Amino acid sequence: MNCFSNIFASRLFSTKVIKPKICIVGAGPAGFYAAQHLVKKLDNSEIDIFERLPVPFGLVRFGVAPDHPEVKNVIHTFSKTAQHPNVRFFGNINLGTDISLQDLKDNYHVVLLTYGAEENRQLNIPGEDLHNVIPARKIVGWYNGIPDDSNLEIDLSGNTMAIFGQGNVAVDVARILLTPVDELKKTDITQHALDKISQSKIKQVHLIGRRGPLQAAFTIKELREMLKLQQCQTVWKKEDFSSISKEIVENLARPKKRITELMLKSLQDQKSDVDGLNVFKPIFFRSPLEILGNKKVERVILGVNRLEGEDILKQHAVLTDRQEELECNIVVPSIGYKSVQADPLIPFDQKKGIIINNNSKVNTGLYTTGWLGTAPVGVILTTMSNAFGTAERILKDIHDDNLLNEDKGGFTNISSILKEKRVPIVDWAGWEKIDKYEIEEGKKHNKPREKIIDVNKMLEIGVS
Amino acid sequence: MALNYIRVARIFREVFRVNTCSKLPRRIFSVGLPALNKKEIEITFLKANGDQINTKGKIGDSLLDVVVNNNLDLDGFGACEGTLTCSTCHLIFGKETYDQLPNKPSEEELDMLDLAYDLSDTSRLGCQIILTESMDGLKVTVPATINDARS
Ligand SMILES: Cc1cc2nc3c(=O)[nH]c(=O)nc-3n(C[C@H](O)[C@H](O)[C@H](O)COP(=O)(O)OP(=O)(O)OC[C@H]3O[C@@H](n4cnc5c(N)ncnc54)[C@H](O)[C@@H]3O)c2cc1C
Ligand code: FES
Repeated sequence: MNCFSNIFASRLFSTKVIKPKICIVGAGPAGFYAAQHLVKKLDNSEIDIFERLPVPFGLVRFGVAPDHPEVKNVIHTFSKTAQHPNVRFFGNINLGTDISLQDLKDNYHVVLLTYGAEENRQLNIPGEDLHNVIPARKIVGWYNGIPDDSNLEIDLSGNTMAIFGQGNVAVDVARILLTPVDELKKTDITQHALDKISQSKIKQVHLIGRRGPLQAAFTIKELREMLKLQQCQTVWKKEDFSSISKEIVENLARPKKRITELMLKSLQDQKSDVDGLNVFKPIFFRSPLEILGNKKVERVILGVNRLEGEDILKQHAVLTDRQEELECNIVVPSIGYKSVQADPLIPFDQKKGIIINNNSKVNTGLYTTGWLGTAPVGVILTTMSNAFGTAERILKDIHDDNLLNEDKGGFTNISSILKEKRVPIVDWAGWEKIDKYEIEEGKKHNKPREKIIDVNKMLEIGVS
Repeated sequence: MALNYIRVARIFREVFRVNTCSKLPRRIFSVGLPALNKKEIEITFLKANGDQINTKGKIGDSLLDVVVNNNLDLDGFGACEGTLTCSTCHLIFGKETYDQLPNKPSEEELDMLDLAYDLSDTSRLGCQIILTESMDGLKVTVPATINDARS
């Protein structure tokens, strides 16, 4: 309960207690959960959250699918944290251009980087630059209102989409494209995406993975949702399951067992007649080798894989010399992300795409957590656990590393830097104005919210 | 039976849709019946660090309601506010208690549980457990939210 940092500090400086000043860069789940834990444990502190965009919440606003509003309930807790007297939110501030890591280190006792992982990993195959090869995260950004993705050129006039990767983001994209438009209309999906999806001719979505059903990355909830999707039939390839014996299934741990059983049951109940329905086709043991087309995507060449390795759940894919062709009109790589090095002072592993860190610690007073520190895997729950763990580590190090050895300037100094550079700031009250505006706009269309896409418009409303 | 759970899940969703727009406090999401004059029972939460929290809950409330209404210090508990989309309300029961719980887990609850840390055969999601009179004296274990591997 009591913060040892304060006890420690007050012992050293009997006349003056140094208030811990902590800054967090990136207002996604990692940043907010870390702030929540720190503010709870430190009874006197200044915790400043800097966010590149004028609006908070990271992937909860810009990633989580519009038809999953329940997942966004975490926003209520984040908002409570932001309204704590010791916490401040400063939106529209980009680490790397508006402020540097050195500025932050000079002015805060602790710098915690939580700016996520937004760069797409590429397939690195010929044809990836053809028109209508669009990374999943761009499509997500387009339907969720990321300013940079609002003008996405996407052609949905063809019949078939091929998604490479079988994670939940891949499934999100498939589901949004196959959901009846009347359902989407009730969500906070962006109007530009809704208009385009209303005209979409996509009837068939392939979800293609390198490995087998036992290694599939999607979770059971997302799969069940696809199986229940209106006007849509899931179609499996029987031979993809041929090596999964009853005995193997029996010996799986519960989560893997349940999802495998669900796939097998769906396969068993599969109807041959899909007339008039949309089709969702998970395909296993295939790697994309080349995308072909005359300017625009027409076909993909797939290599057939076999699996190797002792541990059945961790087997890896090895290409055989068999190949297949798949006709499709749009190709969507969804094979993961990496982070970027936002500032040259950040020790960065370019290959893994994460900040080099040891259990969250980068170097004295510098920390990272969330997708930036752990690599982009896991759900909000994972990010939350890690963020709490990182916050605990920081609390311990404040003491062990003697981080409060001198007073720091905090936001007072940062604010002068920003003023000099004429960077407008959106504070929490500013975000609340934007929030209110969006909800009002949404009401006009019977939607929970109509997101503002234009950063200038956000600033117009949010900067006081 | 199964249908019933689906209906409940749907009601959560409806409740949520209304509430995203208006910034109502969290208690509004309470999944229990109206709590007026309801009898209270004793509940003990055992935390992973050994702490024990003794508290009370109203019959008809969920274990999530109990945590929220009593402002219990459980980090990150109930992130999705009872809408079966997070598994942060994961609780572990004694075998006997587990078997006696009046409602069995729905497929949807099991789906979310499958993502929980420290999943056990007697795990349930707190937002799905509705208090009944027979649960008086209930003891439940709260698994560690902080991933043990890190500490
Ligand atoms: C498409 C998609 C859908 C998902 N759906 C779900 C779901 O339904 N359920 C679930 O549990 N999990 C879901 N997840 C996972 C979940 O979003 C992550 O676990 C979580 O968001 C990671 O949190 P984070 O804070 O590390 O990163 P982020 O949420 O990405 O937050 C990073 C923040 O940093 C900001 N930032 C970036 N660069 C800078 C900079 N230079 N300076 C300042 N700020 C910066 C960004 O704008 C952003 O706000 C989904 C992920 C994706 C990609
Ligand atoms: S509170 Fe999220 S599943 Fe129970």
